[in-house]
Amino acid sequence: MEKETFTISVYSENNVGLLNRISGIFLKRHVNVESLNVSKSEIDGVSKFTIVIIETYEAARKIVGQIEKQIEVIKAYFHTNDETIYQESALFKIKSSLLFDERQIQNIIKESNSQIVTVSRDFFVLSKTGRRSEVDEMHSQLEPFGIMQFVRSGRIAITKAEMPISTLLEEFNLNK
Amino acid sequence: METLKAVKTETKNKKTMRISGAEAIIHCLLAEGVDLLYGYPGGAIMPVYDELYKFQDKLTHILTRHEQGATHAAQGYARVTGKVGVAMATSGPGATNLVTGIADAQIDSTPMVCITGQVFRHLLGSDAFQETDIIGISTPVTKWNYQITKASEIPEIMAKAFFLARSGRPGPVLVDITKNAQLEEFDFSYEKCTGVRSYKPVPKPEISAIDEAAELINKAKKPFIVFGQGVILGEAEEELKALVEKAGIPAAWTILGLSAMDTDHPLNVGMVGMHGNYGPNILTNECDVLIAIGMRFDDRVTGRLDDYAKQAKVIHFEIDPAEINKNVMSDVAVLGNSKETLSLILPKINENKHEAWHNEFKEKYKIEFDQIIQPQLNPSKPGLTMGEVLKEINIASEHKAVIVSDVGQHQMFACRYAKFKQSKSNVTSGGLGTMGFALPAAIGAKMGAMEREVVTIIGDGGYQMTIQELGVIFQHNIPVKIVVLNNEHLGMVRQWQELFFDSRYASTVMTNPDFVKIAEGYHIKAKRVSERENLKEAVQEMMASKDPYFLEVRVEKEDNVFPMIPAGASVSEIRLK
Repeated sequence: MEKETFTISVYSENNVGLLNRISGIFLKRHVNVESLNVSKSEIDGVSKFTIVIIETYEAARKIVGQIEKQIEVIKAYFHTNDETIYQESALFKIKSSLLFDERQIQNIIKESNSQIVTVSRDFFVLSKTGRRSEVDEMHSQLEPFGIMQFVRSGRIAITKAEMPISTLLEEFNLNK
Repeated sequence: METLKAVKTETKNKKTMRISGAEAIIHCLLAEGVDLLYGYPGGAIMPVYDELYKFQDKLTHILTRHEQGATHAAQGYARVTGKVGVAMATSGPGATNLVTGIADAQIDSTPMVCITGQVFRHLLGSDAFQETDIIGISTPVTKWNYQITKASEIPEIMAKAFFLARSGRPGPVLVDITKNAQLEEFDFSYEKCTGVRSYKPVPKPEISAIDEAAELINKAKKPFIVFGQGVILGEAEEELKALVEKAGIPAAWTILGLSAMDTDHPLNVGMVGMHGNYGPNILTNECDVLIAIGMRFDDRVTGRLDDYAKQAKVIHFEIDPAEINKNVMSDVAVLGNSKETLSLILPKINENKHEAWHNEFKEKYKIEFDQIIQPQLNPSKPGLTMGEVLKEINIASEHKAVIVSDVGQHQMFACRYAKFKQSKSNVTSGGLGTMGFALPAAIGAKMGAMEREVVTIIGDGGYQMTIQELGVIFQHNIPVKIVVLNNEHLGMVRQWQELFFDSRYASTVMTNPDFVKIAEGYHIKAKRVSERENLKEAVQEMMASKDPYFLEVRVEKEDNVFPMIPAGASVSEIRLK
């Protein structure tokens, strides 16, 4: 079976140690995590992990089964790229002088749809949100001019299909 | 408390009293029905031990000689009683010494709560004396764990710990408690936990799955049941027996399923897996419907997966959704507690006999009996076999004893040849294969079932891994019967070296001490047998003893366990020699 990119979404209680517990599931199976993001979700007090892996469908299914088994995990899903709307964010720190010396820089900023977050005497910071390929393209365009610092976030994703966490939580409350 | 989502009931009659965290821990244990725990004191858990001293009329604490022994004793207790076993240790090395037993309980789904002391809250992360990150260390091998840093958390977390350990698919839970939380006073009240948001212990059975499974079973010409510990944990022994008898289906067991069904039942066809019986293994690849009940298709059971029951429709009765389609793809998955699901399916099952199919098992048994079982149980060659020791134990125990085995060749002989009439009678380390498990586990088993005979069968290798627990047996006069089958080798590894490594016996030959003298050093009655003519009498004398008894049997040094499915081979490729 071919490996492909899967986005795993985990809805969980917001507990110390759960990140360790979840990451251990990947470690035990020798699976590399491409990116990881933890944030609050649409439900009060419920956290959302967004984890990207490149694996076979079967491996992804079993990993998600093990994640969902953890006591404090409410529900875990996995989706292909086609089934999600996803983005990453990146920050580029660049020498301010380049803004004036290199006309091309201004074109890159315009064409990439990125924003200038801050400008100081020494440097300015560009922020770009989009697909990995767009961020990569912008990186390769800026690289010849010198990037002082670069950072890219983990993927965040919203699924096209419904994720009925609120309904599930109600069921949990009824079942007890 | 953001971290705690335990659902509360019984809020009425809530009484509070101002006590220390350490005393609160004792009250929590008592509220959970604990009257026995195993452990080892040390700096960071001393306030709790001080309270144990005050409550010793209500709560018995057994000092094991090593923390690992405490976990295995708690496991042995849990396995024979079905209740939660409790082990306690101090921080640092005390806590890390629990890890093997916790991992064992996790893979064998044994309900256990471990309580560890921890350094003061303000010292966490400072590399303080005897500080270790036991939460981090134990995370992959616990069902749940939690670090308590203030006394007020104790009641809710302890209630949750016991609930999680015993509910659904059971498992070990570790609660780490900083020393300040043990010393602080707070207003204590206790409510049992009845549910945790985000945790569904038992999935609801789907009637459509039950119907599909019933239809497959009713249409089957060669149905075959393989049951595991899920039957014992779900207390579904009667339901299993009813299904087997009504549908006339031959039933085999995994090593942890042993004793869920009378070993002499005519439809009990024996053990599956690497050293299981010939018929159940071979015929796994000839059945048309494989009915797996409360088992998880471990690799020691299935052999090579791409040649495992490929011809059969697979029905999987299972409580843990993560086990479905993990190793073997099932055609019908019946989720739920085995007692409930088997009860639901039983009325939908047609009566049947499957005589021709059952005869195939009998034929295969005949082959195995002539080539393997007979020479093991009634050997004509000199040199005692492990099998004949088991035969004598069966005779003397009348199939009523709890058998606690360690890990290795003797374990395979014990599980192949021990006879059982009663469930929860076979205690062994199945999934983790922990050498050193048996002696402490036998202590827990005996204390959990004082009215029953508990015989532990151990190899000379595993015995020496936890031999210090003889001190517990001596100190408390716990009347377990200890049988060491001494072949002066690490027998199972030696067997593999013989078969797969051209007999290069790297580090498997043991020069052993005088085991009888060691037992006598602990004031335990002890005997050694090396001749066949003395075996029966020695076993009978041991079984008749009211006190602990140690019996060393000098067995054939280079005997092998057969049948055997070599690692990576198919169940069809099972070897008789």
